Amino acid sequence: MDSLLNSNRPSVFCPGCSHEQVLHALDQALTSMGLSGEEVVIVSDIGCSGLFDTFFNTHAFHGLHGRALTYATGIKMARPNLKVIVTMGDGGLGIGGAHVLSTCRRNIDLTLLVLNNFNYGMTGGQCSSTTPQDAQVGSGFLNKLEKPLDICQVAGAAGAGYVSRTSTYDKGLVEGIKEAIAFDGFSLVDIWGICPGRYTRRNKLTPKSIEADLAKLPDLSDYKTRNARTEYGRAYRQEAAKLQPAADPVRIEATCTSPEPGRREVVVLGSAGQRIITAGELLCLAGASAGCHAAQKSDYPITVMRGHSVSEIILSDTEIEYTGIENPSVVIALAPEGVNRRKKMLADLSQEALVIKAAGIELPNSPASVIEVDFKAEKIKPQDWALGALAVLAKQNKVLTLDMLKAALKLRFRKAEYDTAIAMVEKAAALP
Amino acid sequence: MGLTLMEGNEAIGWGALAAGCNFFAGYPITPATTIYNTMLKLLPPTGGVCLQGEDEIASIGFCLGAAMSGMKTMTATSGPGISLYSEQISFAIGSEIPIVIVDVQRLGPSTGSATKGADGDIQFLQWGSSGGLPVIVLAPVDVKDCYVLTMQAFNLAEQYRCPVFLAANKEVSMTRETIDLDGLDLPLITGRKSADADQPFIPFGVKGDQRVPDFLPIGGKRLVRQTSSTHGADGYITTDPGQIARMQERLDTKLKETVPAFTYYDEYLVPGADTLVIAYGVTARAAMAAVKRMHQSSKKASLLILKTLWPVPEQLILEKAAPYKRVVMAEMNLGQYVRELQRLLTDKKIDFLGQMNGELIKPGQIQEVIQNG
Repeated sequence: MDSLLNSNRPSVFCPGCSHEQVLHALDQALTSMGLSGEEVVIVSDIGCSGLFDTFFNTHAFHGLHGRALTYATGIKMARPNLKVIVTMGDGGLGIGGAHVLSTCRRNIDLTLLVLNNFNYGMTGGQCSSTTPQDAQVGSGFLNKLEKPLDICQVAGAAGAGYVSRTSTYDKGLVEGIKEAIAFDGFSLVDIWGICPGRYTRRNKLTPKSIEADLAKLPDLSDYKTRNARTEYGRAYRQEAAKLQPAADPVRIEATCTSPEPGRREVVVLGSAGQRIITAGELLCLAGASAGCHAAQKSDYPITVMRGHSVSEIILSDTEIEYTGIENPSVVIALAPEGVNRRKKMLADLSQEALVIKAAGIELPNSPASVIEVDFKAEKIKPQDWALGALAVLAKQNKVLTLDMLKAALKLRFRKAEYDTAIAMVEKAAALP
Repeated sequence: MGLTLMEGNEAIGWGALAAGCNFFAGYPITPATTIYNTMLKLLPPTGGVCLQGEDEIASIGFCLGAAMSGMKTMTATSGPGISLYSEQISFAIGSEIPIVIVDVQRLGPSTGSATKGADGDIQFLQWGSSGGLPVIVLAPVDVKDCYVLTMQAFNLAEQYRCPVFLAANKEVSMTRETIDLDGLDLPLITGRKSADADQPFIPFGVKGDQRVPDFLPIGGKRLVRQTSSTHGADGYITTDPGQIARMQERLDTKLKETVPAFTYYDEYLVPGADTLVIAYGVTARAAMAAVKRMHQSSKKASLLILKTLWPVPEQLILEKAAPYKRVVMAEMNLGQYVRELQRLLTDKKIDFLGQMNGELIKPGQIQEVIQNG
């Protein structure tokens, strides 16, 4: 095929626009690589570079400003065999900076052509992330204050394996684009060019001056070796192939009998590290092992290793409607951090409620009955107090039975952990 | 068959897998993170893709690219992430890209409270995108809904080629509950309609009264165009007012006129009641407890639980509210969905109960409003 350009949609760039040269260079690169339209997708950004997809007979995806690399990444992960070319201006580089950096770090096999003409051509020639400080642009004095970005150095530092600079006047442009497309990983080509509609009206820029400026910039060849590694998509699939499919969610057979009917609310109050959430989960599993419905809500600060930890559990022989705690039948109080979070609830406990508390914990007055356990004296470590308290509760045949608790341990723990947990439960259940 | 103990977010993940989801991308945010964790466990080992974007904008961007390449995609976030998704959501609406977007709502505004629930994004989900076109929003009540409505969400996204939101809430998503997975009433899985092989492919072309264009993937044997710009049927920019108007109207009616086909709801009818409580999401559970507790009292109320929130299922609401004099709406915000009821039910007395303090609305609060009407 001679050309992938769409003869029905000739390009519409301003006379003298450097994008026109990139358009033809890209076409020549694609065709000389023997690629057909359906093997290529052009993902275009916003601005004049965003018109690129419309001039080609290839797959095409045109999206939001600065986000072209995000779509391209999704497309490449879905269609690993597709050649994905992204066209973006210096505007897109700025607004989509995070995506440029992350794409470099990922090394996914996309080719990013940066159509760098040092200004926002489409909106009136405002300064972009690559505008020289001495340029006259549509942003008044603002560009004087901001240093332009050398995207190639940035991309190399971010891990891009292929980075090159060129200009639309460079005779090697087609070969350069071909090399970038052929590269197995992320490639970025920074293509300098003229925007006659805006930039060169007020700034002198010639093929010669561009060539001279490019020659002054640091060499980039080192990045190829320094950043060489497996392409992201292939590496992803290699890693994924090592994984085992997730096991089907466990169905809990009802092998035990619940000691009480109706809805039972349990609140466990403790601190970080006391395995409060695990205790709540165990209580739910225990309930399910007796065919009960269960619900658990947890409350802890973002600092998971410090502060309160509260777990609210509901067991019921009918489906659980409201998941809040209204009238707890049991409160397990193991640390002041948790107790302080539920002072009002503790003061409002009914006469029928049972509190199991660790020795030394102060509680607001209430008519609830209290069992105090001196875990410390029994040489039980704080991380086992919650499980110990569940064993004490089970021994009372309130909310759960020892059989239910043991069934829960079996569901939750592997062999070694299970043996330790069972020993703990038996020790706590034997407490006077 | 036994019960399974599962968090709402895990159920969303398993429901997505059951619906055929094979691409997920997200950015960690409480209370949505466990959806991402679940997808990371489920997808890569079975040939799917799960990515963590550098931000929310990238995460949904990955999904849009993958969706147009033929994958079934989902992303999940909370209010702050929905804000960042906004521009991409408009893109998905206008350019008819199927995607499921989970908003595990947390107390806002802004950064708000990461671990407190709310239903504060209910109007935002419909209106938080440019252009003002309809979207589909489904609201799960419990872990079971998390599973089943996620499947429905995928079906609808595929069938109507549009973003479908799951308006979850921390209180549903991060609550662990028992679920009878084998007893679920699951929908059949539907996919996108592929374009006929023997006809020229017109990316946004429709024939006759067809509302949704046929699909072909980017990267397939026939060339596909996708664009966020105002386009004609051929996927190229157009400035023709006639073409533009037809496209806009189709995007508007393809969901608004078909909402009866995907109006999901539950109800609890109490004979002799003169009040209808309307609720959605986790608040519907408190409302259920409230109406059941008042079943034997002199002041009785029935309950309508809306699971399809947008487009507003007007026909259902009008029909279900018709026998009642009074409507009570309870929601975890300061008055959002009640506006739709006020707009529709002009001949009813509407009492509103709203709360925005990070706590669940209690059954007793709803009982009080029913009682004092």
